[in-house]
Amino acid sequence: MKPSAFTYHRPANLSEALETLGRYQDDAKVLAGGQSLVPVMNFRLAAPEHLVDINRVPELSGHEVAGGTVRMGALTRHHELLSSPGLRAAAPLLPLVGPFIGHPQIRSVGTLGGSLAHADASAELPGAMLALDATIVIRGPSGERRVPAGAFFRSYFTTALEPDDILTAVEFPVRRDRQGAAFREVAARHGDFAVAGVAAVVTLDADTDLIADARIAAISVADVPVRLSAAEDVLRGRAPDPDVLGEVRTAVQDVLDPPPALKASAAYKKRTTAALAAHVVERACAEAKREAA
Amino acid sequence: MTGTQTVAFVVNGEPRSITVEPRTLLADALRTDLRLTGTHLGCEHGVCGACTVIIDGRPVRSCLTFAVQAEGREVETVEALAGPDGELNSLQHRFQQHHGLQCGYCTPGILMSLTSLFRDNPVPTEGEIRDQIQGHICRCTGYQQMVDAAVEEATTNAGEAR
Repeated sequence: MKPSAFTYHRPANLSEALETLGRYQDDAKVLAGGQSLVPVMNFRLAAPEHLVDINRVPELSGHEVAGGTVRMGALTRHHELLSSPGLRAAAPLLPLVGPFIGHPQIRSVGTLGGSLAHADASAELPGAMLALDATIVIRGPSGERRVPAGAFFRSYFTTALEPDDILTAVEFPVRRDRQGAAFREVAARHGDFAVAGVAAVVTLDADTDLIADARIAAISVADVPVRLSAAEDVLRGRAPDPDVLGEVRTAVQDVLDPPPALKASAAYKKRTTAALAAHVVERACAEAKREAA
Repeated sequence: MTGTQTVAFVVNGEPRSITVEPRTLLADALRTDLRLTGTHLGCEHGVCGACTVIIDGRPVRSCLTFAVQAEGREVETVEALAGPDGELNSLQHRFQQHHGLQCGYCTPGILMSLTSLFRDNPVPTEGEIRDQIQGHICRCTGYQQMVDAAVEEATTNAGEAR
């Protein structure tokens, strides 16, 4: 269980990293946290000839909250989702997602950009980006492009990234007043790949306390994270009472057609996702009221 | 043509320099090049936690880290825990007292994860202790005794802080 040989590149800045990727194209892989890439290299399921270690590229680190937008560098480590007070206030969904990502030792190193670029169908952060209405910022040979999260994920382990692209950052709106977030997932054991998981960001109307807007995203039910638009439509202009949450569950079950997995049948995934959706909507509404109070 | 590379880093407080292939995992470099065999390799794909070391203050899987990535970093292994004459530190002593290990294969990684936790938070709750070792697999103890050992460490720390 040792990786095959490769040439190691450690660019000192973004342009050098892009130049190296441009030179080797499909023969090169970007090494960020390595918490998904190195296992598949150890198994020799991947054997890149060139590894481009971006961990010391300064342009990719840090996060800032300015002008109503949160911008998070691709090298944001998962543990920072839990430990940064500024991030907690601006994006309360992220500290709720963080504890579900791997284990503390994985979160020390694993990165936001790496998780999105790897695009595992059961990963938490791709779903969170959909719920946050995030934009993925990409730098390639012809400059910067910005892709909405909903268009970034294409299929299993496949994204809008080209071999000579680097995911540099994500951007999404700062939490608004009367907005609450929630996330829950079900896995065989804590830290395992999710069998099902749902993120919700809900905004309440300031006058009526009814749901003005809801963004709900499910993971591990398709080749890409999925917006649960039918459930969002059910919620608009209403309160999360038991009847409405029942309609949410039905709406989720009606639209999903998940592939069965080793530890979960398609029917189980559907029912679990529906139950989680109702649960996180209720929680997100409660959070929205609590934050407003 | 992949060649070898020289890596200069600090291991257990001492500057070290090794020459390795880029594909050499940090765990293998520690064990083979530096003869620090306290760090164990179990699954070699980031699941079992036996190879956990501390890099720049955070617990990290050394089987998912290439040695070349450690350039300029500070690495701590289980060998750093005992005193100069081999006397066990407080956490190690509690593991011994509580029978927190049997075969000992997973123990170095668990000790390093807990060492990192106690530095950040000298008085963790039992829940925080369990969270910290959730990414470690032990097939001997059932975990309860090592949790007991860590809870006692936290309780003692709380007493000393008072």
